[in-house]
Amino acid sequence: MAVSTASGNVIAKYLPVYFVLLGIAGLEVFLAYRNLSTSSLLAILLGLAVCGGALAAMYFMHLAQERRSLFLTLIPALIFVLLMLNMIWTDSFRLLHLRPFAH
Amino acid sequence: MWLFIISDAVTFGALLFGYGYLRTASPDWPTPFKFNPSILNVMLMTFVLVTSSLTMLGAVDSAKAGDKAKATRFLWSTVLLGLIFAGLHIREWFGLIDEGVRLFQNSWGSPLFGATFFSITGLHLLHVISGVVAIAVIARGFARGSLTAGHVETTGLYWHFVDLVWMFVVPLLYLLNLSR
Repeated sequence: MAVSTASGNVIAKYLPVYFVLLGIAGLEVFLAYRNLSTSSLLAILLGLAVCGGALAAMYFMHLAQERRSLFLTLIPALIFVLLMLNMIWTDSFRLLHLRPFAH
Repeated sequence: MWLFIISDAVTFGALLFGYGYLRTASPDWPTPFKFNPSILNVMLMTFVLVTSSLTMLGAVDSAKAGDKAKATRFLWSTVLLGLIFAGLHIREWFGLIDEGVRLFQNSWGSPLFGATFFSITGLHLLHVISGVVAIAVIARGFARGSLTAGHVETTGLYWHFVDLVWMFVVPLLYLLNLSR
């Protein structure tokens, strides 16, 4: 468990993170209506979502205050598994063009 | 709880990667979401869910400080916000169902759109409803003294994770499928 903040007003303490998260959500909607290519938009939106998720994990979930060993055990393992899932993309592009890469 | 969260993150990750795979491989993927009502609704849902994370932080902090009444008030506020989120989500679902989207069909193109949309948002909604029930049970138990601040904190971790997942669901499922 995270160390107690011993703060009387935790809401005020985390308000900046709250507004940044709302700002990220608003920025995502704004960018979605710009004339960006799908791949650029995907990259930008994913980048913003990762930033928002990291803020939520580090501050709301107090991961920044957890034991370092917990962070170092869980997060690299999660990132490794998520990266391994990226192996599917080549096959999805092959399906799109309905032909194997061997051709 | 952290191990559960990581395993759940991998589950959602796999679902979102699967969605990306199908979207990339389907040339007739629909873009049905109009600003009004869908995107406005999603923005409101995001505001409600992020605000509920803030009230959950208040509940955890008050519980640790031993302020039972304040912690219970924050917990019930979180339950209320969770219910509002679920209501908005179900309203969004009914809007799409009215337009002909089903689990295995939709009137705009690839039937896989309905399957992935309802699967991913449905799993998230299931997490929200489970969280609402868990927080209500914890609020009641904590007010009666049968549960501790540790229980409140553990439930808070879960609730923040539900919020975190939503931050990935919105851009990938909604914002990449805008109607222009």
